[in-house]
Amino acid sequence: MKFSTKNLSEKLIPWLVPIMLLVGWQLLSVVGIIPSRILPAPTQVFQAAIDLSSTGELMDHVSISLGRALIGFLIGGVIGFAFGLFNGIFRFAELFFDTSIQMLRNIPHLALIPLVILWFGIDETSKIFLVALGVMFPVYINTYHGIKSVDKGLIEMGKAYGLKGKALFFHVILPGAMSSILVGVRFSLGVMWLTLIVAETISAHSGIGYMAMNAREFMQMDVIVLSIVLYALFGKLSDVIAKLFERKLLRWNGS
Amino acid sequence: MKEKEPKFHIETKHIEKNYPGRSVLKDINLSIKKGEFVAIVGKSGCGKSTLLRLLAGLETPSKGQLIMDQRPLAELNSEARMMFQDGRLLPWKKVIDNVSLGLTKEGKARAKKALQLVGLEDRIADWPAKLSGGQKQRVALARALVHEPSLLLLDEPLGALDALTRLEMQALIEDLWQQKKFTAILVTHDVEEAVAIADRVIVIENGYISLNQSIDLPRPRQRTSTPFSMYLDQILDRIMGRTQQKKITLLRSYPNTTKV
Ligand SMILES: Nc1ncnc2c1ncn2[C@@H]1O[C@H](COP(=O)(O)OP(=O)(O)OP(=O)(O)O)[C@@H](O)[C@H]1O
Ligand SMILES: [Mg+2]
Repeated sequence: MKFSTKNLSEKLIPWLVPIMLLVGWQLLSVVGIIPSRILPAPTQVFQAAIDLSSTGELMDHVSISLGRALIGFLIGGVIGFAFGLFNGIFRFAELFFDTSIQMLRNIPHLALIPLVILWFGIDETSKIFLVALGVMFPVYINTYHGIKSVDKGLIEMGKAYGLKGKALFFHVILPGAMSSILVGVRFSLGVMWLTLIVAETISAHSGIGYMAMNAREFMQMDVIVLSIVLYALFGKLSDVIAKLFERKLLRWNGS
Repeated sequence: MKEKEPKFHIETKHIEKNYPGRSVLKDINLSIKKGEFVAIVGKSGCGKSTLLRLLAGLETPSKGQLIMDQRPLAELNSEARMMFQDGRLLPWKKVIDNVSLGLTKEGKARAKKALQLVGLEDRIADWPAKLSGGQKQRVALARALVHEPSLLLLDEPLGALDALTRLEMQALIEDLWQQKKFTAILVTHDVEEAVAIADRVIVIENGYISLNQSIDLPRPRQRTSTPFSMYLDQILDRIMGRTQQKKITLLRSYPNTTKV
């Protein structure tokens, strides 16, 4: 009994500060200390969300942004993971690719935006390309290092117990690299949202970033703030999902 | 006629092992009978683990030949199972899955039996992180035994355990060895442990075998008996390079000793 109340309060306490901020913001707006030209009240933002959803516009923008994020993440993640695996396991692949990848990694992928717009225009491909590019490197680096740093003693043990090839990979190497791989995934989720925000804000005709830029032209403060809140929510959501994966895949590591 | 020839389980013939810039084993000749319990002692870094890895087929000798069951050992020694100094359980597998590593599905039942042998049948579903040091080593022992190896290689399996747990584990290993009749090679830092459970103690020094001493004492051995101390002293002298002078004074401290 005592345990569960402690659990509950541990779940609630982190939300106290955001709730207090929200209430304070609302109060200051209502008494007029924060003019709605500068920052609309939470209720106004909420109203904007309701209005935009009723026309279906909000859902369109959100689903387009989510789609871009997901597709870009999958493409970049799979490529980064595959290169990480191969370079981590096969000495030849490592010699052949690693230096080049490490060099490319040092180019900030957002610096490519002008080039990417010239290549792909401002439609879907350019956003997905940028997200994939941004996601690829953190996944690559962490997969590669994860595999390289699997305890050599455990690998020797696996071999001594007759494991080789696929069995050795799935029983020893991959689980040994998993915590590092998940660090890469979590990090790249952050990169994914950041890239998408920048790309959609600079050049797009749909998506959450476009919605914000469009609202700017009409001075719709509430919509701009709504966009920012949406990005924050999705960022938090992807973090929660990543944590769930960690808890599931690294159960042996936990308490 | 042929039957009278001693059949050895494993032999090493003029084994050498060099690493870049370092010669570890120089000329190792060993013949070990089936079912024999051999202990290997020597200073840290003298190549004991290296020798075991050679016997397990995890490494190949620079020179010389390994003979297993009258046949040259080519690659991985499938007859042998190794128990490592640091246990080396896979932390991401539950106890039962660690023990059944490398076995097929039906291996689970055998793994359970092996865990029973080491007295851990109630910890089957635990993560290794939740076990004590001694329990981890017992799981590692079960994992080695489940394959029913004819050759069990033990690389300082008890090095990290406290004195009481060590005694318990030594008794367990001796007991299982008598039950299962495998050949055992135990590397240890602890000379007393070697004299207590081995048929023969081998000292490695500077890459050579400097002592090869049979221990002719009945089991279970009394660690406080005079012959036991004699064996112990003799082997310790060899390792520490104690002079004859010191040996005499040591012998004097056991007034009732008779030469073994
Ligand atoms: N893969 C390797 N490459 C180079 N040198 C090695 C390698 N493995 C072992 N050595 C060297 O060989 C020597 C013997 O090592 P080994 O592990 O066999 O010692 P040991 O007798 O088991 O020592 P300890 O009792 O401390 O475990 C050491 O000097 C070690 O540095
Ligand atoms: Mg060693």
